[in-house]
Amino acid sequence: MKQTRILMGMPVTVEVVDPAVTEPVLDAVYAYFEYIDEKFSTYKETSEISKINRHELALEDASEDMRTIFALSEQTRLETEGYFDIFYNGRYDPSGLVKGWAIFQAAELLREKGFQNYYVEAGGDIQLAGSNAQGRDWRVGIRNPFEMNEIVKVLSATDCGIATSGTYVRGQHIYNPKNAGALELDILSLTVIGPDIYEADRFATAAFAMGKKGLGFIARLDGFEGYSIDKDRRATFTAGFGRFVAYD
Amino acid sequence: MNKRNSPTFDLNQSARKFFLSAFVVTAFAAYVAHDRLGTQASTLTTNSAGQSNTQTSGASLAGSFKNGTFTGTEEDAYYGLVKVQTTIQNGKITDVTFLEFPKDRRTSQRINSYAVPTLQQEAMQAQSASVNVISGATLTSQAFVASLQAALSSAKN
Repeated sequence: MKQTRILMGMPVTVEVVDPAVTEPVLDAVYAYFEYIDEKFSTYKETSEISKINRHELALEDASEDMRTIFALSEQTRLETEGYFDIFYNGRYDPSGLVKGWAIFQAAELLREKGFQNYYVEAGGDIQLAGSNAQGRDWRVGIRNPFEMNEIVKVLSATDCGIATSGTYVRGQHIYNPKNAGALELDILSLTVIGPDIYEADRFATAAFAMGKKGLGFIARLDGFEGYSIDKDRRATFTAGFGRFVAYD
Repeated sequence: MNKRNSPTFDLNQSARKFFLSAFVVTAFAAYVAHDRLGTQASTLTTNSAGQSNTQTSGASLAGSFKNGTFTGTEEDAYYGLVKVQTTIQNGKITDVTFLEFPKDRRTSQRINSYAVPTLQQEAMQAQSASVNVISGATLTSQAFVASLQAALSSAKN
């Protein structure tokens, strides 16, 4: 059973291969995403994060999920040389961390219900488990940043997370303030394979912000592989990435 | 330093440990610098106070260190404990290995390998094979852009 719904402003797809799956199971997964959106959306005035940003709610009095996200954000900031930070313009926006975390938790929901073969994908970030309908590892395409309807790599993977950070807007100039000369971004897409989607997503986001040195950062992490595409249509990837590439 | 070492030691042993640990920490720094910058192997000089500094010239070691294998102290690298072992031959570092490095906790995933990453390249090529699912940057997410900008702006020195 496979469904796609728009949640958190992006398409969310859930496919469960196990025959025991029913519609209410998928409903529960989507309900979880709705719960996350209600709590963490900075676009919703009623969300808990908006209340924190308006100083109506202190972090100490916030929900456990909120405090967890803040703790994980701080941990990620420290682990990424400050490249990942949810505090910007006097406000907190943990969206960059919440997505991967929500996908991971949604997939855990399926696992706890006894399902073994599924994936949960939101906005191009994926948690994989078990096998696909053909009984093989999941086949995951990497989108072409120059041509949205094309894929440029096919991966074969399971029981891991795959996240891509990037931009499809050509001609857009993104500047890295860490470089005094305001460097134009020349990495368009960075895909990270990690032990789960929470880990893959947070490091993909941070490494993308690092520009050219981002892939080297990923290469230094144990259990992570990366694949980047630059403005000259050149792909650069880590040494262990090849074992995830599908050649058939 | 030395917090985790045996609490009983005589003065000589203590001093020796201090010099050795100072040396190993410097060796560690030199090794990292060498690895990251991709320069020629750094060599070390030392003064009588045991303070070491690195040089990237080809000068040999100032003769203060004997050949052999030396183990450093456990050091808190804030993401975990690090302990290195170095081998000296003819006054030069020939090897640095990590006896202990963070690897088992989530908080330890920042950096646990100091090797220069091996990266490979190829020309990007469109594929026609069928897939189950596609990974790509979120197409419409303003949150991503906001988050990226937040990351970039907070990445200032």
